[in-house]
Amino acid sequence: MQNNEYMSIPKEAFEFAPVGEKIYDKKLETKPIGYFKDAWIRFCKNKSSVVAAIIILILVLFAIIVPIFSPYTVEHRDGYYKTVLPKAELLAPLGIWDGTYTKSDTRAGYLYYNSIGVESGRNAVIGEAKVNKDSDGNEYYTFKVDSYNTVGYVFVNLTQNEYIALQNYQDENEVQIIYPMPENYKTNYTIGNAGANFWYKLKNDKATSTGEPVLDKDGNYIPNYITSSNKDRGDYTSKMRIATDTGENGKWFAYAVKNQTGYKVRVLYREYYIYKNGHEPSFLFGTNAYGQDIFTCLAAGARLSFLLAVFVSVINLTIGALYGSVEGYYGGAVDIILERISDILASVPFIVVVTLFKLHLADKVGPLPSLLFAFVMTGWVGMAARVRLQFYRFKGHEYILAARTLGAKDGRLMFKHIFPNSIGTIITGAVLTIPGVIFSESSLSYLGIINLETSSLTSVGTMLAQGQGYLQTYPHIILFPAVFISLLEISFNLFGNGLRDAFNPSLRGVEE
Amino acid sequence: MVKYVTKRIFLMFFTLFVIMTMCFVLIKLLPLPAVKEMGKDINIILMKREQMGYGKPIAVQYGIFLKNIFTKWDWGVGEQMYETLGIWDVLLKKLPYTISVNFYSILIAIPIGLGLGIYAALKKNKWQDHVISTAVMVFYSVPSYVYAFLVQYFLCFRAGLFPITIPSGETASLFSFKMFISMMPAIISLGFGVVANLARYTRAELSEVLTGDYMLLARTKGLTKAQATARHAMRNAMVVILPMIIGEFLGIIYGSLIIEKIFAIPGVGELYISSINLRDFNFFMALTFFYTFIGLFSGILLDISYGFIDPRIRMGAKK
Repeated sequence: MQNNEYMSIPKEAFEFAPVGEKIYDKKLETKPIGYFKDAWIRFCKNKSSVVAAIIILILVLFAIIVPIFSPYTVEHRDGYYKTVLPKAELLAPLGIWDGTYTKSDTRAGYLYYNSIGVESGRNAVIGEAKVNKDSDGNEYYTFKVDSYNTVGYVFVNLTQNEYIALQNYQDENEVQIIYPMPENYKTNYTIGNAGANFWYKLKNDKATSTGEPVLDKDGNYIPNYITSSNKDRGDYTSKMRIATDTGENGKWFAYAVKNQTGYKVRVLYREYYIYKNGHEPSFLFGTNAYGQDIFTCLAAGARLSFLLAVFVSVINLTIGALYGSVEGYYGGAVDIILERISDILASVPFIVVVTLFKLHLADKVGPLPSLLFAFVMTGWVGMAARVRLQFYRFKGHEYILAARTLGAKDGRLMFKHIFPNSIGTIITGAVLTIPGVIFSESSLSYLGIINLETSSLTSVGTMLAQGQGYLQTYPHIILFPAVFISLLEISFNLFGNGLRDAFNPSLRGVEE
Repeated sequence: MVKYVTKRIFLMFFTLFVIMTMCFVLIKLLPLPAVKEMGKDINIILMKREQMGYGKPIAVQYGIFLKNIFTKWDWGVGEQMYETLGIWDVLLKKLPYTISVNFYSILIAIPIGLGLGIYAALKKNKWQDHVISTAVMVFYSVPSYVYAFLVQYFLCFRAGLFPITIPSGETASLFSFKMFISMMPAIISLGFGVVANLARYTRAELSEVLTGDYMLLARTKGLTKAQATARHAMRNAMVVILPMIIGEFLGIIYGSLIIEKIFAIPGVGELYISSINLRDFNFFMALTFFYTFIGLFSGILLDISYGFIDPRIRMGAKK
């Protein structure tokens, strides 16, 4: 005993303990961190997952918002603006993403494209052409083409009312839409929109013409319009006339020809498109071979794919959770029998399931529900296996025994006490189902086994399949759906991994 | 072990039987597709249909179907496609294309995948690892058909390195160099996924093994890092990696439907797709059997292989 060392402690250092009052435990001042809060904190630490989640959110918003606000629809198939290149209005002045491409063509081809701009000012050829000679001495022209103007002119048949309305629109807005008819409008040319683009004298004016013009000695095109001494021939009363139509020698150009139903008119398609649709043709992702806007189609297809995937995921989750709970909780014979059934279902190749559902159901309930059934048919097995495993892990724990002792029934034990343990795995599984479904859908559509395409519906896989044939000539058709699906798969994988780690408490505090 | 394998094989055949029965019944419930007017062949098919008991109850038809398979291995004739050839002959004719494309791609992908995985594990958390891991993540996630488009566009169309379609069986032998070159785009497109998968698992497994105490012991006893990795770490990592490689090899028969379609390879996948699109149900049944059997069989083989590679693992052992 060495107590004597503390003998000299001053009296003031002592304080009386409060005898009269009770001492309570202090309340914890920090906020409690539950399972989800903990998962959330750890998820946020994983930067790549957060970025992936944001990308997914953007893609989902893209799928929801674009079809609502886009001036284009899936149904709208433009007959002339097919395989038009992507054009972003903001970037076009900088010379990138402006819907132009470089073309190599013969002299005849060059002059044909050049003529469009000469007549209307809507230039199809941009800048100067470079002339090269190949080994045989043939001249080749290399020039930049604006894919929005290469359509040029088309013949349209209008009723009298439509014709008058178009003329009024011309006068109000002071734009030239209707252009004079060429002499050869009756010849059914194979190219040049049935000859609508051949407003000049042709070297060969048979139907097989290549569009090669006869040029005058200054190298200019020689117009080949129908002329008439009647200024209003074809009932053309609009004040808009092209610059060369001066009425020289009392000859005026004819702007329309009467036919049985009304008038055959030659219009500049780009202006006519604006008149018809109320906006400039400008396709951010270009158009496909059917003249549909890829941007809008992609969003609509993505929306369909997302909806399908979420539906499948939710249904699989529900069936899988119930099935897995029963399997895992009861065990024994129930487990063996149920496990056999799910084993057999899981062994059927997915493509066989899809085919059988398609053959049996697609005609009765439509291709989309039949695909949904096919996904659900075997998709829940994985989820059930996960839930079953969790039940096996937790059903022997002491707290379950305690609950049972207190009189909890099977249902309460299963869903109140054991099931919440598997929520983490279920959420991860449900999230990872989504990219799987989208991938399967796109593969199956691409293979032609399912066809979700109708006049107003499209899917990402359908778009990929449509683009395959144009891969060499118009790669943009396939590029955007492919980029979309790649981005989606990458971000869902990163997001899913982050989620899995976040919901796994054993990884808490483990840093890479 | 023998008992376990026997049990698994018995279960496999049971599952196979159930699936085939289900498919058969579901197929027979469909309206019978009309025989195409192909002139002289129509009588053969009608005769064959008679033999196979069309029009009788489904159970009887199934009996005849099973009897034909068990006694003569006769799957019927492809009514809509290849009318004169037996189904199994057509399948065997197509199989080499599928197998060779997948075989080459795995052969090329394995060294690359393993190499990348090992390198990433050794350089863990350095920039090399980050680069490889990111690339692997991307390669693993991006669907194989996207690679196929890229390969087709850049290597076939732009660079002109490879022909776009593969020569048909008459003009080129399967093992000629010309054939190999024309299969190259498909081989490359398939390879990305295998490389990414292998590299991912190798990195994960090896980096875990490398931290083991016995690795420290190996180093203290004087082995260089390379020796220790090759002799001790790789061996243990192989327990996980080797079954994966075996799995990939079994998958080569399965093939890839989508890659075969994109590159017009006349393989089993193409056969399957056309059997669905043309509603040739005899082909459909035979190919369903083929795919289901391979799927089930590779599952068993994979499980058994664990036991062979690592004797400590006893498959199916009781607690």
